[in-house]
Amino acid sequence: MARGAQPISRWPGIVAAVLIVAAVLAAFVAIFWRAEAGTGLRAAEWQAIRFTLWQAFFSALISVVLAVPVARALARRRLPGHTLLITLLGAPFILPVIVAVMGLLTIFGRNGWLNAVLGALGLPEVSIYGAHGVVLAHVFFNMPLATRLILQGWQAVPAERFRLVGQLGLPPRVVFRTVEWPILRQVVPGAFALIFVLCLTSFAVALTLGGGPRATTIELAIYQAFRFDFDLNRAAVLSLLQLCVAGSAALVALWVLPPLAVQGGQDRPLQRWDGKGALIRSADMLWIGAGAMFLLSPLLSVLLSGLIGLGQLPLSVWAAAWTSLWIAVLSTFMLLILALPLTAWLALSKRGGGEGITMLGLAASPLMIGTGWFILIYPFADPQALALPITAIVNALMALPFAVRILLPPLRQAVTDHGRLSAALGLRGLAMWRIVLVPRIRRPLGFAAGLTAALSVGDLGVIALFADPDVATLPLQMYRLMGSYRTDAAAGAALVLLALALAVFWLCDAWGRRDVAG
Amino acid sequence: MKHALTLAATLAATTALAETPVLTVYAGDYFTSEWGPGPIIEADFESLCDCDLQWSTGDLLPRLLLEGKRTKADIVIGLTSDVTAKARATDLFAPHGQDNSALTLPIDWTDDIFLPFNYGHTAFIYNETTMDAPPASFDDLLALPDDVKIVIQDPRTSISGLALVLWVQAVYGDRSAKVWEALSDNILTVTKDWSASYGLFTDGEADMVLSYTTSPAYHMFAEEDFTKKAAIFPEGHYFMVETVGKIAGTDQPELADQFLAYVMSRDFQTIIPTANWSLPSALPQSDWPEGWSQLPLPEKVLFYSEAQAADLQADAIETWRAALSQ
Repeated sequence: MARGAQPISRWPGIVAAVLIVAAVLAAFVAIFWRAEAGTGLRAAEWQAIRFTLWQAFFSALISVVLAVPVARALARRRLPGHTLLITLLGAPFILPVIVAVMGLLTIFGRNGWLNAVLGALGLPEVSIYGAHGVVLAHVFFNMPLATRLILQGWQAVPAERFRLVGQLGLPPRVVFRTVEWPILRQVVPGAFALIFVLCLTSFAVALTLGGGPRATTIELAIYQAFRFDFDLNRAAVLSLLQLCVAGSAALVALWVLPPLAVQGGQDRPLQRWDGKGALIRSADMLWIGAGAMFLLSPLLSVLLSGLIGLGQLPLSVWAAAWTSLWIAVLSTFMLLILALPLTAWLALSKRGGGEGITMLGLAASPLMIGTGWFILIYPFADPQALALPITAIVNALMALPFAVRILLPPLRQAVTDHGRLSAALGLRGLAMWRIVLVPRIRRPLGFAAGLTAALSVGDLGVIALFADPDVATLPLQMYRLMGSYRTDAAAGAALVLLALALAVFWLCDAWGRRDVAG
Repeated sequence: MKHALTLAATLAATTALAETPVLTVYAGDYFTSEWGPGPIIEADFESLCDCDLQWSTGDLLPRLLLEGKRTKADIVIGLTSDVTAKARATDLFAPHGQDNSALTLPIDWTDDIFLPFNYGHTAFIYNETTMDAPPASFDDLLALPDDVKIVIQDPRTSISGLALVLWVQAVYGDRSAKVWEALSDNILTVTKDWSASYGLFTDGEADMVLSYTTSPAYHMFAEEDFTKKAAIFPEGHYFMVETVGKIAGTDQPELADQFLAYVMSRDFQTIIPTANWSLPSALPQSDWPEGWSQLPLPEKVLFYSEAQAADLQADAIETWRAALSQ
């Protein structure tokens, strides 16, 4: 395809990519510039690196492996409350870590529901604390993301293909090989890479559920270097190491992604004709049931403990919720400005290596970005006055890899299907986006925006470093309640947070789904 | 016309601000929240000084080190004894000018830069309704059956966690590694910060939690819950103190001095117990709020000076890490 025939420009995407790289690099340069000669890496840190890699690998692997049958079941079955179920199943991914840990421990902890059931059956107690606990928690967080990504891949299969499969009456094994496997090969490596990188930067969850210093991650060492030892040199070296590990993982994953198979279709609504057997049906229901129980029972415990605290919430928590809502709107806006041109650029490229750039913001420790920018901004302006815009930018950077991963396959498809015709008709630039592309990527766009908005509501992010005493976000206010013995009120705030995150996600996601219904 | 009015109003506001001197106080995030002592202190001090006290929150030491000489702070409140050595080394601080002999701490305080404003001790807290035989000494704690679970904080990320490893070091010295091995069966898990540990304890996930001798006071006076107790050990408890310091390059030296004097005043000191849930640094026990003097406190107090702590810290943390990583 000739370059000149493209109806959308690569340049805005390249500018966005340069801005992202510059934002992360600037933080590094600032820290190395301010660092004095510090200590190098110690034995404890090498151990941390090994553990980090180990847990991230298994967390990503198990998340993806479990997500495949659940996503497949959700794609094949239509249950009452289907869309609500799918939204709720996504909730663990947007929970603030401390809330999720408390929820998980209510189910799997020493005095948790699971042990109560085991005890009633006369079975021995199980302990969640240990390496398996770390993986369990990370699967809880990330399986929802993997499920949604795979589900999206399934929904992108042209409807004609399933109709054909249904008409030919192909056995499930053949359907898997001819229709499903090519989709999984497209989606799974990217999902794995994202979750791997996400788990690399885990710290409080790994420590608490890992049962102690055995479960030390690189991010903990970075935190210690920044906030406790104030050894900027070691902090920067560790951050760089984390970035390299994440970067290599991302590149490997993107390299194994096969080049896109062209899948022409006529934009018909999807209907499944396969998987009608009783055995397959009950297996599907079993997967959905097990997945829902695993993902929803901790949420139920957050709901129950939060209801008690709801009455004790001070007015300031509602004010903080309003602030968080604004941050979510701002972050989502920033995200769209970065993600759409960037994805367009990647969609026009044959190989997806450039997608690695989007991982930068996720793999770089937020503490490092915050500190680096603080050093850069301080000579010119009061960083506290910029707390909200900076939080929005960092949130957008963090959400960017998810958004691009969600948007890239459908956008590539839309460009492949309609690019040449549009170019021939003279449709270009914004008109091309408005008339051809956005309607075709509306569903993933709503999903990506919702994810960003929800993550922004729940994330403490860099606000702790730049906090203005008068402008508190909801997670910050919740941590303050916890820090002043008000555990019940904090649980109430956590419930408000969960509800708000789900609400913004639902709004964006519903906007995306409207076209499918109509 | 509208613009001219806005401009006039802005100018008037700026002039008004210029007339009221501003004292900028850096404090920890918890301190200035509506559940901390900040708001009461602000209102109280502003009624005395005819000035505007403005809080600025964040991580105190990292922020000061990043800002260096250009810091906007006049006063820094909340520096704990484990960071005073690094804070002192910045040369940003001036002598506090207050009389250390007016302090009522259980230890002798001779620092002329950092002035203590509250204190407490590390202690393990338990619920007496669920724990029949709480340990009566540190040795007892080591001998607890394996099914009694304790949750502690990480000394690499939390000040109370650091105080715990120094506490063990002060009580057991060279035998610390053995002590941690003995405790490892009882340690349910380690959390990043105090809040997460305390949450696990109040949720019933752990039987005991590393916290402060003053923690039961919150439950007693704010919740009328008398079941949470601190286990008091005859071997002694590690002393924890928070200090306030004056920035040498302040453009409000008189106000800063006035604030330091206010910290030592009865007004400030009587705010501390129920607003900060810790003990006042310069108030005789007889003047503590109703009920506070009945709070069980240790007879013996252990404390390393900042120089000693700096020497011991890295090894004590490594001993802890190695023993609990097995």
